[in-house]
Amino acid sequence: MYTLSSKLKLTAIIFMIVGAIGLIYGFIAAPETVEEVKEMMASEHHGEGHAAEETAKINVEQLPGKNVATQNIEGYESETAHADEAHAEAGHGEEASHEDEHYEHILHQLQNKPWAALYVAAFFFFMISLGVLAFYAIQYAAQAGWSPVLFRVMEAITAYLLPGGIIVFVILVLSGLHMNHLFIWMDPEVVAHDEIIQNKTAYLNVPFFLIRAAIYLGGWAFFRHLLRKNSIRQDEATDDVWFKKNFKLAAGFLVFFIVTESMMSWDWIMSLDPHWFSTLFGWFVFASLFVSGITTIAIISIYLKSRGYLEFVNDSHIHDLAKFMFGISIFWTYLWFSQFMLIWYSNIPEEVVYFIQRIEDYQLPFFGMLITNFLFPVLLLMNSDYKRVNWFVVMTGVVILLGHYLNVYVLVMPATVGESWFIGIPEISAVLLFAGLFVYIVFNSLTKAPLLAKRNPFIKESKHYHY
Amino acid sequence: MASKVIHAIYNDDDLLLQAVKQVREARYHIGEIYCPFPVHGLDKAMGLAPTRLAITSFLYGLVGLSVAVAMMNFIMIEDWPQDIGGKPSFSFIENMPSFVPIMFELTVFFAAHLMVITFYMRSKLWPFKEAENPDVRTTDDVFLMEVDAANHNIDDLTNFLYDTGASEIKLIDNK
Repeated sequence: MYTLSSKLKLTAIIFMIVGAIGLIYGFIAAPETVEEVKEMMASEHHGEGHAAEETAKINVEQLPGKNVATQNIEGYESETAHADEAHAEAGHGEEASHEDEHYEHILHQLQNKPWAALYVAAFFFFMISLGVLAFYAIQYAAQAGWSPVLFRVMEAITAYLLPGGIIVFVILVLSGLHMNHLFIWMDPEVVAHDEIIQNKTAYLNVPFFLIRAAIYLGGWAFFRHLLRKNSIRQDEATDDVWFKKNFKLAAGFLVFFIVTESMMSWDWIMSLDPHWFSTLFGWFVFASLFVSGITTIAIISIYLKSRGYLEFVNDSHIHDLAKFMFGISIFWTYLWFSQFMLIWYSNIPEEVVYFIQRIEDYQLPFFGMLITNFLFPVLLLMNSDYKRVNWFVVMTGVVILLGHYLNVYVLVMPATVGESWFIGIPEISAVLLFAGLFVYIVFNSLTKAPLLAKRNPFIKESKHYHY
Repeated sequence: MASKVIHAIYNDDDLLLQAVKQVREARYHIGEIYCPFPVHGLDKAMGLAPTRLAITSFLYGLVGLSVAVAMMNFIMIEDWPQDIGGKPSFSFIENMPSFVPIMFELTVFFAAHLMVITFYMRSKLWPFKEAENPDVRTTDDVFLMEVDAANHNIDDLTNFLYDTGASEIKLIDNK
């Protein structure tokens, strides 16, 4: 049995408290009125003015003729900037209303900032446990012989699924109650002026959206609950009936999962940009959550092993997890690139704005992801010997997790806070808050059952697994 | 005096693995082992150095990547930077996404093919090469261990190999 050390518990609680305080500060510091935004912008005018100039310059270069009048450029600029918000009610010609509109736009972005920070972190930690559940179900359905010694670690990580899912759901409900502007299609004023969203309201409307979310979360939590229960029952059983039940459940879950995961990615992430769509988006999000989940399994297993709790886990198990981290990292990159390159290549305006915004405003995280999520794991985990060096796997794992946080960040932020993004107090605090909660729930769940699944038919093979 | 070797034939791979360990412990020198199929753990038991084929493959892959980058950069950017369907050909990086499929394929192509050729060269395999098979049965169902007789007592060595479970022991003049 694992006992939760008081040190770890205390660290997790401190993380939660510090994160909560930082997040509350983020909500308080967010401006409430346009006047406050003007004051804020005035106090940091230098930086802002410079940035604005730069974007204007870029746009000049992109326009067909070099001698385009400045007036036109401004018009072009604000049109692109406001395209998403669809504030069509203001007259386009008037300077003053333009300025007000601009400040209102910024106000919405700054008000969204702490919400988006909360949402990104909540979703990121939730998707880790979802990825682990998918991996766990695959191990069952594939009757893998190497992994049963890690089942209890995986089950513990999926313990975060329900609380984490409820938090995400609450954020979605609050969005539906217009507490924030994360999902612009939830704003009836925006929809009233936006024909593209109007055509999607059969799918994108708040009640249906929340019902769908409840179905996904309920289904996942239900499968997780049964899988875990049967796994514990198998420990005391006299035959393999619970194992067989879990085998069938896992297969059923995987079918349910791949459909709901895909729809979840449309609902929770793609609908942040309701004008844009991509067909491989579900797979892309899946790859991200899958690799984060596997990495977390590896990191937690190595931690527990270093504390002497998993003496039956050997380097070969770590080697296998590292191979998965390596392979799925490449898979993620493959999907990232496939999505990017197809849209970049055809350059169809209504699709390509998605990447133009990311490349112009989010250049560092957008391309930095390729280094953390692809180059780093590929170069460090290619060597067979390195995959057995535990600190190497942990180091690469931390970088992969950082990279996939950035991935979620770049998926969510451009649509919610636009060019006003920054990884500051609200963002870091939200990560701390959920990291603390995650660690607390996961390690608390580890104490609830023996760390070795006893009567699993593959447990002996797994204990002697050698690669 | 021509050197002599002993060919010990085993019928079972477990027996063979055990024999290899015993022979190495008794400090006899194993020249070669002929098997009809890969015996898991045989290389470790024999104490063979690990292969470096994977390292060569990685390097060949880098060569392939360099060839692709140099080729595309020269053709598409430096030599004749045409406007083809509005693709930006001012610099390599601007048009890079469209080169990636070629870069990837050439990396794999070089890594795979040059590694295979390296394998053939290192293991001296080619068409019309004369087969080096001391006993035809080793391609079907028996395992043959070749032990250097050198300056050991032939009788002692024979008895020793017999004890390890060899089903046939032959003394061979090595060419």
